[in-house]
Amino acid sequence: MLRLSILISPITALGRGATFIVQEMGRIAMFFLRSFALIFSRPFQINKTTQQIYFIGAKSVFVICLTGAFTGMVLGLQGYYTLVKFGSTGFLGAAVALSLIRELGPVLTAIMVTGRAGSAMAAEVGIMRISEEIDALETMDINPLRFLVSPKLAAALISMPLLTALFDVVGILGGYLTGSLLLGISPGVYFMRIETSVIMDDVTGGFIKSVVFAVVIVTICCFQGYFTHTRAEGFGAKGVSLSTTSAVVISCVLILITDYVLTSFLL
Amino acid sequence: MREPLIQFKNVFKRFGDNHVLNGTDLSIYKGEITTIIGKSGGGKSVLLKHIIGLLEQDSGTILFEGRPVSDMKKAERKALKRKCSYMFQGTALFDSLTIYENIALPLKETTSLSDSEINRRVRDKMDQLDLHGIDDKYPSQLSGGMKKRVALARALVTDPEIILFDEPTTGLDPIRKKAVHEMISDYQQKFGFTGVVVSHDIPDIFHISQRVAMLNDGRILFEGNPVQLAQASDPDVKEFIQGLYINDGN
Ligand SMILES: Nc1ncnc2c1ncn2[C@@H]1O[C@H](COP(=O)(O)OP(=O)(O)O)[C@@H](O)[C@H]1O
Ligand SMILES: [Mg+2]
Repeated sequence: MLRLSILISPITALGRGATFIVQEMGRIAMFFLRSFALIFSRPFQINKTTQQIYFIGAKSVFVICLTGAFTGMVLGLQGYYTLVKFGSTGFLGAAVALSLIRELGPVLTAIMVTGRAGSAMAAEVGIMRISEEIDALETMDINPLRFLVSPKLAAALISMPLLTALFDVVGILGGYLTGSLLLGISPGVYFMRIETSVIMDDVTGGFIKSVVFAVVIVTICCFQGYFTHTRAEGFGAKGVSLSTTSAVVISCVLILITDYVLTSFLL
Repeated sequence: MREPLIQFKNVFKRFGDNHVLNGTDLSIYKGEITTIIGKSGGGKSVLLKHIIGLLEQDSGTILFEGRPVSDMKKAERKALKRKCSYMFQGTALFDSLTIYENIALPLKETTSLSDSEINRRVRDKMDQLDLHGIDDKYPSQLSGGMKKRVALARALVTDPEIILFDEPTTGLDPIRKKAVHEMISDYQQKFGFTGVVVSHDIPDIFHISQRVAMLNDGRILFEGNPVQLAQASDPDVKEFIQGLYINDGN
């Protein structure tokens, strides 16, 4: 009897883990779908959405410019020293622009926004949960998803593509800085190569990625905060800190995974 | 025998191994104030949350006007929720909204009243509760007692038919305590709402309540009017009341 249970228990544990993950994914998907649908319920929450655009979008501009510039600069350096071995430094512009527009722009923007705004969302919603503010909304018959999550989701869907575009442009200028001004590639060649190599599909692909990442960030971060109270390991401030940590970690991991999946579909 | 507005029948609720409600039977009548007394951590807040549907019982029935709430359709439950208002023990004010916005929130989000009408109603409640000059402050800038009164204003601003007060006076000074009791009682006489109050203010709270229910170990140990409570012969009830009187000192 005992021996049998030793044999079976890892299997039951595995099964339990698997069903838990599937259930959790279902709950996250419902959480997203309901919040998304509620964006369009009347009256529109224009004020709140604008505030969130300011918070998620406008306030991220500086950090996006900074990271974009340095990413572009380092791409310029690395790209130059790789291409110079093949004697084709003229392609630097294309290399920098394509890696930014297709990959690095959307991914790094998403990760910066997760760190800046996503963590704040998880903490804000988590604190509202433990201080019973979300319960209070429910007793007032105010839908907490509509009130809290929908404006954030709408704002992220608007802000993320714009921030990604900004990241790309600043990154391309950063590449120009190191490639042309520092290492002496002709600016004309640098920009001409960009113009001839980047096609609309690249831009559309990057745009799709940024939209999907916006969904991932807001859904995961708000979901973690929203269900802070169901955590077994910690209540109160401890619970909020755990929610915030896992919100950032799960968002970042999911961003990289969905990036791979999307890339394999888009290519 | 008149019919209760809200009735608990053999309600059980547990969180893990923590059995909080163990077969609770309770009747709440329309137009009366029912006070719930009991030890801290005894499940009084959990009981209130069952009334408004924030928590759902594991077994047993909760009836509203004789009909089980669990059988009601979504729209009916929504209508029921609209009739109720809940004042949280920890106030549950929105930290990121100003005091004015906090009180105006339920009107702004769930009614189509004009801004000036909302303003009038909010002012009205703020005046009655002696909340002046704090419109643009945030909850974290107020004292505990002040926050309680803001929470009370928010609960009353929609003129609900049923109001659940979770320790409305805990942490207030004696004068403010009396003012809140008077306010609840005046309002009740004026608008005839049904009130459920969780309170430790014995015996003061008995002056404004028509019924008292004592929750002990997840069951209602006593249910009746305050006079009956004072005359109760059950040794458990007596001991409990004595204990509460003594605890009142701290
Ligand atoms: N959401 C919850 N999850 C787990 N335990 C809870 C929850 N709400 C209340 N409890 C537990 O139920 C018990 C009763 O709590 P409560 O109703 O707040 O007591 P009180 O009578 O002081 O209001 C406590 O032991 C508390 O830990
Ligand atoms: Mg309580």
